[in-house]
Amino acid sequence: MATTAHTSRSRRAGRRSPLASGALLLIGLLATGGAYTAFTAGSSAGAASETQVTKLTEEGEKLFAANCASCHGLEAQGTEDGPTLIGVGAAAVDFQVGTGRMPMAANGPQAEQKPVQFTEEQIAALAAWVATLGPGPAIPDDRYLAGDGDLAAGAELFRINCAMCHNVAGAGGALTEGKFAPGLMGVSSKHIYEAMITGPQNMPVFNDANITPEDKSAIITYLKYLENNPSPGGYELGSLGPVSEGLFVWIFALGGIVAITVWLTAKSN
Amino acid sequence: MAGTDGAEPGTAVERHEQAPLPSGVAVISDDRVENPGFPPYRPRVSDTDPVKERQNERRIFWLFLASMAGSVFAVVAYIVFPIHEGDMESVRLNNMLLGLGFTLGLLGIGFGAVHWSKSLMDGHDLVELRHETRGKPETVARAAEVFTLGNKESGFTRRKLIRNGLLGALVLAPLSAVVIFRDFAPAEDPVKLLKHTLWDKGVRLARDPNGVPIKASDVTIGSVFHVIPENLHESSHPLEEKAKAAVLLMRLKPEELQVSEGREDWNYNGIVAYSKICTHVGCPVALYERQTHHLLCPCHQSQFDITREAAVIFGPAKRPLPQLPITVDEEGYLVARSDFQEPVGPSFWERSL
Repeated sequence: MATTAHTSRSRRAGRRSPLASGALLLIGLLATGGAYTAFTAGSSAGAASETQVTKLTEEGEKLFAANCASCHGLEAQGTEDGPTLIGVGAAAVDFQVGTGRMPMAANGPQAEQKPVQFTEEQIAALAAWVATLGPGPAIPDDRYLAGDGDLAAGAELFRINCAMCHNVAGAGGALTEGKFAPGLMGVSSKHIYEAMITGPQNMPVFNDANITPEDKSAIITYLKYLENNPSPGGYELGSLGPVSEGLFVWIFALGGIVAITVWLTAKSN
Repeated sequence: MAGTDGAEPGTAVERHEQAPLPSGVAVISDDRVENPGFPPYRPRVSDTDPVKERQNERRIFWLFLASMAGSVFAVVAYIVFPIHEGDMESVRLNNMLLGLGFTLGLLGIGFGAVHWSKSLMDGHDLVELRHETRGKPETVARAAEVFTLGNKESGFTRRKLIRNGLLGALVLAPLSAVVIFRDFAPAEDPVKLLKHTLWDKGVRLARDPNGVPIKASDVTIGSVFHVIPENLHESSHPLEEKAKAAVLLMRLKPEELQVSEGREDWNYNGIVAYSKICTHVGCPVALYERQTHHLLCPCHQSQFDITREAAVIFGPAKRPLPQLPITVDEEGYLVARSDFQEPVGPSFWERSL
């Protein structure tokens, strides 16, 4: 452009084209603009993801207002029907909504598992919004969920900390007044970890000072081992111990013995 | 056996004709029910029909054959489906097939033998008589003779000194056993052992199983820690000491605790420690519900309310769980103020509380 201006207007304006200053300004602007763009490329990407996060939390807030606020309050401050969610963290939301426990169908002894009501993106949005309300446990890192921890240590920790409620084989068990500790077979590693760190409902909290992330990973390893390895003794009968096993023995073993005794003493025809 | 007049020599089995009068019965009431005897003999199909007889014979053979097959199957299964180390599936398969083989092998023999005796062996009812309890008169007389002769030769009734000496020695002999058997009793007074645990002033509360001491700041609200005394692993009998000293540590909001007089400084900012040993029969009570603050014993469903100092609210337990008085040391670790103020666990005879 500068060359064109020079050739057309050079005789009248002498050495300098009247458009030269404009052209210079343009070049300068382009150069600084380009440099600025080059320098700030990285930060503009950050700005874009920030917008995404804002979008996520905004969506989460909307979903919350539509689905959760009637019990937990519009600001998640809690009402008579539901506890406050300030400071419960993303892990609590991911566990409660991700296992279908929330939203609750009806008030009962405890929220029960049911088909998950939201998509993964929606759960992530809800979790992201609740996480902005106050500091709380985050969704666990994938490296603790692979199930490659110390199996024996995990089994010992499970027996000490978990087995009294969840049964030594993770089959679950009864608590008081209609409450129960659910079975742990088939529960995803992420949800097991989140349950330990958030203590859903009547389950106590096992924070990282009590059971370190490595120990939690070991416990998950043990549970996954139980899940993937059948009992060497044959059918587990629900792993419920003396109740189901006793019932089986009383009905089938004693029944068989009675039948054989009757046959032994009956006269041949 | 064919004779009708009692048992043949050398056999206790005799064909039943008439119920003999039971010996050893002193009183025979007039209205006693007459023994109706056996029902009349009814021939079996295998007695009358040779076809059925052969059929039964074949059946018995098939049962024995099944037993053979089971035994061979067990051996084959053991070889074909071996146990691979670390593979539970192979253990399960191996166990199941071996068990099925053994079962078939043994049941086949048993059922075959019983079926044989029931369908082909002699089908008449028999009664097997007990021997007379009283010996024959000549045996009795001979025994009396031996005793009299013994007495005469040894002078047992005549030589009183020797006799009394023997009696004294016999009475004293078991006394040495008393000394030996006394060592089966605990060397230490069990009552003292039951009344004290490893907890003492300044003993740190540590995590079970690794023994890492717990800082008060680690125990967030709603947390549960399974606790052992820090010095447990140094003890000479760690398991026995753990059975008495196991403690459950919980943190509630301080305002939720109803603290009775004299226990004001037993908790630390809402952190409370209670014995894990049920006061009913000593199961570990550790099913803590963090919303209701109830502790449930899994054995007999005793429930304890932690907000009311582990008062019993349901079940067979009679006493609340003993509370361990705790505080923090200068480094912020939780320590015991003292041992439990009462014996932990179930009642025992010498317990005064």
